[in-house]
Amino acid sequence: MTQRTRNWLLVAPAGTWLLVMLVLPLSVVFIFSFGERAPSGGYVPAFTFEQYANLPARFTAFKNTLMLAPLGTLAALIIAYPLAYQLAVHTSDKWKTLLLVLVIVPFWTSILIRSYAWIFILGGRGIPALLDIVGVEDVRLINTSFAVLVGIIYGYLPLMVFPIYVSLDRLDKRLLEASSDLGAHPFSTFLKVTLPMSISGIATGCMLVFILLMGEFLIPALLGGGKVFFVGNALVDLFLQSRNWAYGSAVAVMLIVIMLVTVTLYMRLISRLNGQREDAPLM
Amino acid sequence: MSDDTQITKKKFMEELRSYQKGSVTRRHFLGVTGLGAASAVMGTALPGLRASPAFAAGDIGDRVVLATWPNYHDQANFDMFTDKTGAFLQVNVFGSNEEMLAKLQAGGSGWDVYVPTNYTITTYVEEGLIEPLDVSKLPNYDASAFDPRFADAGTVDGVLYAVPKNWGTTGFALNTSHTGGKAMDSWKDFFDRTMDDFSGRTMVHDYQLTTIGAALNYHGYSFNSVDEKELADAEKLLIDVKPHLFAISSDYQPSMRSGDAWMTICWTGDGKQLNTDIPDIQYILGKEGGELWSDYYAIPKGAPHTEAAYALINFMLDPEVNAREVLAHGYPVADSRTNALLPEEMLNDPILYPAAELLNALEFGAAATLTDPNRAELMARFKSA
Repeated sequence: MTQRTRNWLLVAPAGTWLLVMLVLPLSVVFIFSFGERAPSGGYVPAFTFEQYANLPARFTAFKNTLMLAPLGTLAALIIAYPLAYQLAVHTSDKWKTLLLVLVIVPFWTSILIRSYAWIFILGGRGIPALLDIVGVEDVRLINTSFAVLVGIIYGYLPLMVFPIYVSLDRLDKRLLEASSDLGAHPFSTFLKVTLPMSISGIATGCMLVFILLMGEFLIPALLGGGKVFFVGNALVDLFLQSRNWAYGSAVAVMLIVIMLVTVTLYMRLISRLNGQREDAPLM
Repeated sequence: MSDDTQITKKKFMEELRSYQKGSVTRRHFLGVTGLGAASAVMGTALPGLRASPAFAAGDIGDRVVLATWPNYHDQANFDMFTDKTGAFLQVNVFGSNEEMLAKLQAGGSGWDVYVPTNYTITTYVEEGLIEPLDVSKLPNYDASAFDPRFADAGTVDGVLYAVPKNWGTTGFALNTSHTGGKAMDSWKDFFDRTMDDFSGRTMVHDYQLTTIGAALNYHGYSFNSVDEKELADAEKLLIDVKPHLFAISSDYQPSMRSGDAWMTICWTGDGKQLNTDIPDIQYILGKEGGELWSDYYAIPKGAPHTEAAYALINFMLDPEVNAREVLAHGYPVADSRTNALLPEEMLNDPILYPAAELLNALEFGAAATLTDPNRAELMARFKSA
């Protein structure tokens, strides 16, 4: 067996997987997006750009997604970084395991159930009732963009914590000592050593959270009361309620295009931040 | 099971043997061994606990899959069905007829019985998604016992495709403790007050039929209208109202019960359930009109367990079973045999059986209303506005 054949054989399983699970479905979606809705719903073959011309009718869905997904990612990062830093740098091994488990535990329960808990916490009998006692009246939290943002941060936080934790945990503590020996202030050590060394973790965390958020539909539906509409919700409605598969496919294609563009730009930015360090892992 | 009734290993094996030989019933076996409650939960996980059909009423297989609506059945009846036939009942709950249709159009739903609403049945027939019913397998179905008003839609071109389950109306539920004593009896009140003192307290269905229908009724148009100008008026109203809504959702009971929402578009049974628990919440039919509907039992084409499907429908049509259903969910039936078994106060309940002039103002949904692409798109625009 030549080296070449062996290489092909090794790539074959993953290649087949990609073809069957990614390329084929995406091709179907792409083809459908040029079709038309059948009279009582579904798809009939056609070649028209009508569905793409209709995309502006989903402007709000794209706008909400493109505002709340980066905002949610950023907020998750701001909350996750100090937590991951504390866990990786300042926590003893004994406590580390326990605290890491505590970060994972919420993942053992369905996000559906956990979001229902937030409905109660943010609803009239939850936080607003407490605020009422201290004299702040008539606060409305549930079914707002704020509630959706809270749900998003809560739901996706572990996905942000772990990559950052891993990158900080691998950090060579001798570098920090060296920095301090050379007279750097701890804050300056953090900015000049720790932060740049953890950039790959931040990049991975942000990417994971952002990509998943772009397709989110459950949290906006539950905590936004059907009023904070994401592209994910538009897709659910187009396929299940309007049964307009052609239009739904066009919206899906648009979402994929936006994701490809933003993620590519983002990866460029990260590799620039990593500077000339050719060895720096991206993910 | 308390400790003093704890069954010994030996006794358990004895009972298991006699159950396997068929000398005791499944119910006796489950009761004595304490597995009854466990098997209700674990029926699918442990197939061995399910009765083999050979000992049951007939050979209908080990399971039946039902696609239906929320708050719409009595679990005790389901358990009884499993006890009698050995077929475990798996339930899928849906939010709208559109969603149900979409699932069937996509294929491979795996359902044996589903519960379509009157105006969808012709579409199912046209799309070849529904099985004609063999009446000989439904001895409990007596066509003459049903009010034709609520049974007619089950027959298309002289072929019986579906038998009536329940009927009801679509109105709104209102928490009267917030009205300031001013009466509300119309869709005009519903939307006007939402934009006024009910701002942030009203819910509408996540369902084009009823939400657009109510907005059309506001303007005095037909609930079923697909007229472009009339739909445009309805859309404008909905867009104006949207900032004042608490939510767009068909799951309105939790918010009405917690007091977060004060008013919502509402179906009969939910109105009854809310009113029973919280008397301040009243169920109101808009005097401009609204929806009158009837749900049916039907079998989708290619159902994997057809015999079990017939057995389930037949079981549910038993007047005594049906009466227990009504007592549990509060939706009226069109079957006079069932009504004869219901308590008088239920039959006189104005939520369940509205006054004739209110009822006559209502319209059945039309097939075109379900499939109209403009209505579907209007709803989507309203939600993404």
